[in-house]
This record gives sequence, structure tokens and C-alpha cells, in this order.
Amino acid sequence: MSQAVPLYAQLINLLAAVILLLGFAMLAQRRVIQLIDLFALQGFALFLSTLVVAVKTGQHHLFYSAGLTLVLKVILLPWILHRLVRKLHIKGEVEGLINIPTTTLIGLGLVIIAFNVATPISQLSSTITRGTLGIALATVMLAFLMMITRKKAITQVVGFLAMENGLFLAATSATYGMPMVVELGIALDVLVGMVILGVFFFQIRDQFDSLDIHHMEQLKE
Amino acid sequence: MISLTGVLGQLFAIALALLLAPLLTGWVNQCRAWLQNRAAPPLLQPYYTLHKLFHKDVVLAHNASALFRFAPFIIFGCMVLACAIIPSLSTDLPFAPAADALALVGVFGLARVFIALAGMDVGTSFGTLGGRREMLIGFLAEPALLMVIFTMAMIAQSTSVATIVETLAHRELVIYPSIAFAGIAFTMVSFAENARVPVDNPATHLELTMIHEAMILEYSGRHLALLEWAASLKLYAYSCLGLALFFPWGIAERDNFLALIAALPVLLVKLVIGGALVALLETINAKMRIFRAPEFLGTAFLLAVLGLLVRLLLESRV
Repeated sequence: MSQAVPLYAQLINLLAAVILLLGFAMLAQRRVIQLIDLFALQGFALFLSTLVVAVKTGQHHLFYSAGLTLVLKVILLPWILHRLVRKLHIKGEVEGLINIPTTTLIGLGLVIIAFNVATPISQLSSTITRGTLGIALATVMLAFLMMITRKKAITQVVGFLAMENGLFLAATSATYGMPMVVELGIALDVLVGMVILGVFFFQIRDQFDSLDIHHMEQLKE
Repeated sequence: MISLTGVLGQLFAIALALLLAPLLTGWVNQCRAWLQNRAAPPLLQPYYTLHKLFHKDVVLAHNASALFRFAPFIIFGCMVLACAIIPSLSTDLPFAPAADALALVGVFGLARVFIALAGMDVGTSFGTLGGRREMLIGFLAEPALLMVIFTMAMIAQSTSVATIVETLAHRELVIYPSIAFAGIAFTMVSFAENARVPVDNPATHLELTMIHEAMILEYSGRHLALLEWAASLKLYAYSCLGLALFFPWGIAERDNFLALIAALPVLLVKLVIGGALVALLETINAKMRIFRAPEFLGTAFLLAVLGLLVRLLLESRV
């Protein structure tokens, strides 16, 4: 208990905890605009934690992925999302399938599962950040839960992007990040996916006068 | 085992709690008034109120039972006991084995049950309404408070408040995410438990949203004085518990008489800052609808459990 914990490990743990907390905040958030801001904040926490790992381990490609995170997840994607919200005139509250307190309680259960599943896996790893693997898994599952419980297409996309945040954290914590090519590929995928989904939003709204994907169950040939 | 310093410190801590609690309430009220651009009441206003109330006659409803008359004494006793267990100046408290952290939550719970029963006793609709709402808040706040205490108990490997504070005061300055989570959760719970702004407004009477004031509406004279004093003591107890758990520096230890004297100014400074922060948080928050309170306390519970889980995952190997 009393051994000194190195500062970088404290910082990484703190940032991982912040990422998890922001995951919950997104799950509980009612408004779309604030949801996007929270997503940007989560991206920023991810950027900081990647940066700390990069500085500590001196792995060059981690600096690049930290920079990529900053540009893509903190600036570009939130900007695109904000623009979409403005253009689509989305206002008011996000309605979920289950009410918010129940959703957060389910989320808590998922976190317990994720922590339990991740503990044996993280012991196989030898990185300084292996403890945060459970948090990464929990973030993925919370984002998954957000995609499942929300009705509107745009919040589902935010959930999808948050899931990518979790995966990125998992990659950093378990193996100091994926190879650069893979990372660039994923970043590009996410960006292109975002653009295509943005076009989709307009199509969905033109077709159904709403972004509620519930209407898509009635599609006919 | 029980030293003279310990007994003296214990008695001093209780006397200090009794004397200082109304002052803390006065200080919070004064800060609140300043922040809201109102003319501030005098710092000693709670003492004047207590003095006035103790000299007034008690008016009892015809159908008030014995419980109605005894409840203020029980509630006051519970709060004094709580203040005696919580290490405000020194962790060397001969009284501390009387109740550990879990029993402390029980002591608060006992006071809550009696105040709710007393509110319902006379049979006015306001009292019943207040009592029911108080139980709702209590039932949601208690698990969150217990989770915070479990997190702290896991760090110290003990549920005794004095041992927890001693352990926390001895560790080196390390950022623990779990303690940060627990701290936020504890703050939220204390606001709900002390009938402070996001959940209840302590400064209002005869409003449909009131909780604490609705229950004590039927009280007068010395009974009301005791209840007001008990409310101040509760705020003091929660403030001291929060300060001891999350900012434990400066609290004296066993057989250290000089440190006991030095602990007093430290405690005063911490309470002044803490009281100002309470007033600030109350001012920047709007009172929420009563049906939002479960969500607020649910968030507190969530944070507390997250703190516990993060402690297990990230810090257990440390």
C-alpha cells in the first residue's frame, strides 16, 4: 500500500478513470449537443493518456496516434457532428428505449462484467498500462449499450465513435497501440464512415421526416 | 489504552462541535447571501435564533403523542454521538469504538426515522409529505454513502472511522481516481442529506417543494431549537467527515497534545473554506424537481460504485 506509485502510472490511471466516467456521462446525457461535447472531451482524455504513454515509453508511433486522436476525435468529428445537428435542425432531448437511471444501472453491471473479464487477460500483458484494459473494455460495452438504447440515428453514431475510442484505449493499454498502418486505416474508416452516415442522415430524414430509426422497421420493397 | 489526552480531546471535540455547529451554519448562510447579492444576516444569527427559541413556550398540538415530544431529544442525541465519533481534531477518540463507519450511517438513519415519524405524528398533510420525501431521499442517499465508506474502508482495511482517517493521513500524496470518485459522491450525498439546494432549500418555508422544513413545521420553542441545533450539528458532522476522509492533513494523533492544539486552527481554516464552497455550490445550482432527486442520488451511487470498482481494478496491485 505504501510503495510509491510512479507519477505516469497515476496519470494514466486517472485519465482512464476519467474516460470511463465520460462514458457514463454520455450514457446519461439527454441532449445531443452536450453528448457531442462529451464525446470530444472523451477524445481529449484519450489523447492525453496516449501522450503520457508515448512520453513514458518513447514509442514514436504513439506520438503520431496521439496527434491523430487529437485532430480526428477532438476537432474534426465533433465539428462534423455539430454541423450535422445544425443542418438537420435536431433539437431537444434524446429519447431512449429505457429510462436513464435504469440504463446507467445496466451500465454499472456491464462495467463489473468487463472488469472481471479483463483482469485475467491483462495479466498476460507486460505493458505499464495493462490495468486500464478493463476500463477500455467497459468503455466499449458502455458505448454498445448507448447504441442499443438510443432511438435516434445520430446518437447511435456517437455511440459507434465512442466504441472506437474504447478500442483505441484497449490497443494502447494492451500492446502500446496497433501498427501505424492499421491505425491510419481505422482513422480513415471512421472518418469516411462518418461522412457517409452524414449523407445517410439526410436520406433517412427525407424518407421518414424523422431520424428515429424505429421507422425503418416498416421498410418495404 | 484510554489516555488522559484522549479523554480531554474527546470532550473538547464534543464541546467544540456543539459550539461551532451554529457558527458554521451562520457562515454558510452569510456566504450564500453575499453570493446572491443580498444583505447578509449576522454571522451569529443561528445563536440568536437558538437563544430566542429556548426562551419561548412550547405549543403542542392536541393530538401530539409522546413520540412528538421525545423525538427532538433523540435526534439531537444522535447528532452529538455522530460528532463524537467523527475525528475532527484528533484520531485518538476513546468514544470511537462505540460505532464504526457503518454504525455511523445507522445513527444518521435513526435520526432520520425519528424526524420522519415526528413529522407524521400530528397528522398534518405537510408533515406527512415531508416525512415521505425524507425517507425517499434517505433510502437513495444511504447506499451511496455506504459505498463511499466501503471504498475508504478497503483502503484502510478497517471500518473504524478513526483508523481510516489515520491511514489516509499517513499515505503519501498520490492521485487515486477512486478517492476522487468517492469524494464527488460524498459531496452529492451530503447536499441531499443536509437538505441543501439541489435537493431541498433550507431557507424556505411553506413551499410545496420543501422536505426538511415540512417535517419540523409543527415544532416550536425548545423543541424547535433542538431540531435547528441538530440540523447544524448534522452539517458540521458531514463537513468534518468529508474533511477528515478527503483532506485528512493536520488531524492530531494519539498522545500528541501539541498537535491537538495545532489541529484547531487547521480545522477552522478547512471549515471556513468548506463552508464557502458549500455556499458557492448552492448558488450555482438550481433546485431541481423532487422527481429528479432519484437521478441525482443515482448518479452519486454510480460514482461511489465506480470508485469502488476502479479501486479494485487499478489500485489493488499497488
